[in-house]
Amino acid sequence: MKPADRVQQVPPSGIRRFFELAEQRDEVISLGVGEPDFPAPWAARDAAITSLERGRTSYTANRGRLELREAIATHVEDNYDLAYDPEAEIVVTAGASEGIDLAFRALVNPGDTVAVAQPCYVSYVPGVLFAGGEVLSVPTRRRDAFKLTYDALDAAGAGEAEMLVLCYPNNPTGATMTGDELSEVAEFAREHDLTVLSDEIYAALSYEHEHTSIATLPGMRERTVVCNGFSKAYAMTGLRLGYVLAPPEIATAMNRVHQYTLLSAPTTAQEAAIEALSSCDDAVAEMRSRYDRRRKLLLSRFEEMGLDCFRATGAFYAFPECPREDAGEFAEELLDETGVAVVPGPAFGDGGEGHLRVSYATGIDDLKEALDRIEAFIS
Amino acid sequence: MRGYRAVVDWHRLDEEPVRAEIELNVTLDHETGYDDIAERLARFDPVESLHLVSGEYDFMMEVEGESMREVSTFVSDKVAPVPEITQTVTHYVMATYKEQGIEFESDHDDDRLSVSP
Ligand SMILES: Cc1ncc(COP(=O)(O)O)c(C=O)c1O
Repeated sequence: MKPADRVQQVPPSGIRRFFELAEQRDEVISLGVGEPDFPAPWAARDAAITSLERGRTSYTANRGRLELREAIATHVEDNYDLAYDPEAEIVVTAGASEGIDLAFRALVNPGDTVAVAQPCYVSYVPGVLFAGGEVLSVPTRRRDAFKLTYDALDAAGAGEAEMLVLCYPNNPTGATMTGDELSEVAEFAREHDLTVLSDEIYAALSYEHEHTSIATLPGMRERTVVCNGFSKAYAMTGLRLGYVLAPPEIATAMNRVHQYTLLSAPTTAQEAAIEALSSCDDAVAEMRSRYDRRRKLLLSRFEEMGLDCFRATGAFYAFPECPREDAGEFAEELLDETGVAVVPGPAFGDGGEGHLRVSYATGIDDLKEALDRIEAFIS
Repeated sequence: MRGYRAVVDWHRLDEEPVRAEIELNVTLDHETGYDDIAERLARFDPVESLHLVSGEYDFMMEVEGESMREVSTFVSDKVAPVPEITQTVTHYVMATYKEQGIEFESDHDDDRLSVSP
């Protein structure tokens, strides 16, 4: 028995190696974590418990409970001006992860080219390859504050692609894009008739301007799949719940794949999500303000210690330049000598060289201690 | 508005004051009412709060000190001798979970993977 070529061509994640190194060491302060350090808001947990007590352990509709889809529709309309029909244009998924996979499987034909703005979250490239597509890397650049630009798309030859994947607020850079800045990406997509997958899982964590979804720009709704979820904003990573928003035909295609692979997203998590949307705005705002405080601390300490870092304005990551050329080597030594774990930029693809992803999803005391250790290490 | 005060989760600091909730029973006579007794008790510095309450005892008094000994001495030397006070029951506070509507979070175990995408 032998794994399929399609699977073998995809190397294991570069993050894995750092995970193993960090696991071998005691007393690690990890700035390498890609999920909130808070538990889910109590009301959401309580709703999950109650639903279990009531014996709600059956499947739901393929697309998710209608009540949840309606709540999602209201939420995205109120917060991001995204108007989607809960009956026909929303599919509830097992995390944004599944949404991303569904988008590729429903939209990519074998041999299609998918342009992926990088550095980026680790699942896009494998997702395209599993779907039989080919990846065209579109590196974003430090001098553009890691925003995607018309020029960067053009220079990479993305006009030849069928699809474009972008993610703002971004993992790993913490970059965000305003509506104005997104306009030129939208223009490029329209000019070259690209389908767009917009991963907006960090939409609630934009600290210096309102989040704009590219799907709200002229001529974009009909060519965009928006993917979002409960993992980051509501600190519900382990509950595995997300959703995709897309025009009816595309939502139906994604649901076709979803119905035969997942059947329906986890029922208990759907119950928690309904409650999260109805009563947890304050909890989300509180978490956001804590991340923001840490972000400011991190950026000012980096400046003090002479670590060059562009102003990260979203998610819970900063992406400083590595004091040494080889970010992997630097991160290993840092871990070895100080017990502080960060992730080398190249683990997130092209454009990540010479950078480090520093997550501030860590309590402020640990964060301060880690920053002291980093400062001592580099000086 | 009679003042502001910080709500402190003392447990997170090295020096944690000792607190006690004290039930007080009193007897009244023609000359002395609840207000008179309350006025006298409220003047003591260690008294953090004082309420007249319904039920099996009369006053609920919260006292703070640096040690259990200090609180005990205060109760036996200053409070118990007040002639109208017939009984005191002292409950030392062992842990605080919520105060003035503010919840004191417990440190939840960080069971996240140490490095994740
Ligand atoms: C950019 C991005 N997209 C998607 C995901 C996956 O999220 P979910 O837990 O909803 O599957 C993550 C998780 O780290 C992420 O950072």
